[in-house]
Amino acid sequence: MIRFDQVTKLYKGNARPALNAVTLEILRGEFVFLVGASGSGKSSFLRLVLKEESPSSGQIHVLGQNLGQLTGRKVPHFRRNLGVVFQDFRLLPQKNVFDNVAFSLQVIGKSKGFIQEAVPDVLKMVGLAGKTNRLPHELSGGEQQRVAIARAIVNRPAILLADEPTGNLDPSTSAGIMTLLERISQSGTTVIMATHDAGIVDQMQRRVIELVSGQVVRDERQGGYQTQTIPVQGFGPPSMPRRNLGIAGQSEEVTK
Amino acid sequence: MRFGLVMSEVGHGLRRNISMVISVVLVTFISLTFVGAAILLQFQIGQMKGYWYDRAQVAIYLCTNTSVDGNCNLAEATAAQKAAVEAQLKSPALAPLIKRVDFQNHNQVYKEYKAQFGSTTGSDFVTPAFLPETFWVNLKDPSQADVLVESISNLAGVEQVKDQRTYLDPIFSALNAASFTAVGVAALMLVAAVLLIATTIRLSAFSRRRELGIMRLVGASNRFIQTPFILEGVIAALIGSVLASGAIVALVKYFVQDYLGAQAQDTPFIGLQDAFLVVPILLVVGAVLAASSASFAISRYLKV
Repeated sequence: MIRFDQVTKLYKGNARPALNAVTLEILRGEFVFLVGASGSGKSSFLRLVLKEESPSSGQIHVLGQNLGQLTGRKVPHFRRNLGVVFQDFRLLPQKNVFDNVAFSLQVIGKSKGFIQEAVPDVLKMVGLAGKTNRLPHELSGGEQQRVAIARAIVNRPAILLADEPTGNLDPSTSAGIMTLLERISQSGTTVIMATHDAGIVDQMQRRVIELVSGQVVRDERQGGYQTQTIPVQGFGPPSMPRRNLGIAGQSEEVTK
Repeated sequence: MRFGLVMSEVGHGLRRNISMVISVVLVTFISLTFVGAAILLQFQIGQMKGYWYDRAQVAIYLCTNTSVDGNCNLAEATAAQKAAVEAQLKSPALAPLIKRVDFQNHNQVYKEYKAQFGSTTGSDFVTPAFLPETFWVNLKDPSQADVLVESISNLAGVEQVKDQRTYLDPIFSALNAASFTAVGVAALMLVAAVLLIATTIRLSAFSRRRELGIMRLVGASNRFIQTPFILEGVIAALIGSVLASGAIVALVKYFVQDYLGAQAQDTPFIGLQDAFLVVPILLVVGAVLAASSASFAISRYLKV
């Protein structure tokens, strides 16, 4: 589904790479938490998947496409297979709930009939069936994020990228959003969620990829926000043996 | 569906930036009016050249007994000298170039002189003998007057050979200067128009950056994203072009034809058909400039 192969991302004017030789694979239908301090490379990772940035070196494959060979003209079509949700919702303030979701379908040329069917469906799924005519500022934060999620998934993308979707929400609202994301994941969508919310990660017990200074220092199946077995600072050099990565329940083997 | 969406985006953009749009309209209006005026001046020059050059003659002035210019020496041109000039005009070298030759003797020249200058002071002192007898030569191709001038000027009894076209040159150079000035002003104004359109589109894109961000995120094609902005620029510029076209047509109709035409009735002026020839040029120039500057301005928002 998503494969990173020795991907390094260097930004101009910064000698330290945002991502450093990252190699990992995310499979269809997986629910992945991306954790790490601010500046650890989580957002760069998501931007690379979206092809908003190109890697300085290494290869990225998403949905069977080599992003390095994707021409600028084909990027829009590629992005139609991805949904994105942000911490700040990014709704259009002058459009109501229905139009905010419909907008993303209109601009990719979907027919009016399709929009009339798909938008109410997805709004019902995220639990906003009765609020289609509200404007964003009339909604709570959690409801706004549901609109954003509805917009991201209305076109049934194969991958949903969420950049700290609960960052602005209180714990109980966050729990509601997580339930929603889990439902989306169960329908077969790959969900990658960058987060700082330790409670959520610990509770969900899903795959956790931890980044420190642009390097993958941990990749656990059913992990917590901080691994229970080895303290993070125990990791030395960046290049971890691949056999230690992503093996469910065997993270104890990851020793220096 | 998509067309309606694009057009509603265009309408939004135009309304949101109404003051910038008005300035784009005005600047394109003025600049294209200058462009049109420059083209019309060139048409006018062409027309006048065609008209006058067809009528321009070469005058061969013969000596009078008061003249010391040319080959004269205070002696009236003799009959033999006149015959020599005539023979030269009929020689195989010159004859093929000449359409027609008219000879005016002293009395005929005097009569014409009286008709033209009879009312001016001093004209009473002029007698027929003062005025040179003249061969008026119509050439098939007026630009070959030099050949005639060279071969006749040296003949005895010839005071001067004058190509009338030289009288027109100052007029044409003045008109040319005016047309170059118009082109210069037009060029400056067009630069301003292009920059203004680019700025307007950037502003418009900036005020819609949320929508643009979402469009890019959900995979709207570049063409779909940029079309409303380009149309916005093109529509604003087209309004300016239409106004400029109207101004050009009105200029020709009311100033050139009604006013100048009444003032100088024997001068050939450009007509409305020339103005209508300029209109499509202005529309195309306006649209193309706006489209290219708008697409350049929006391109930075499309980088993926």
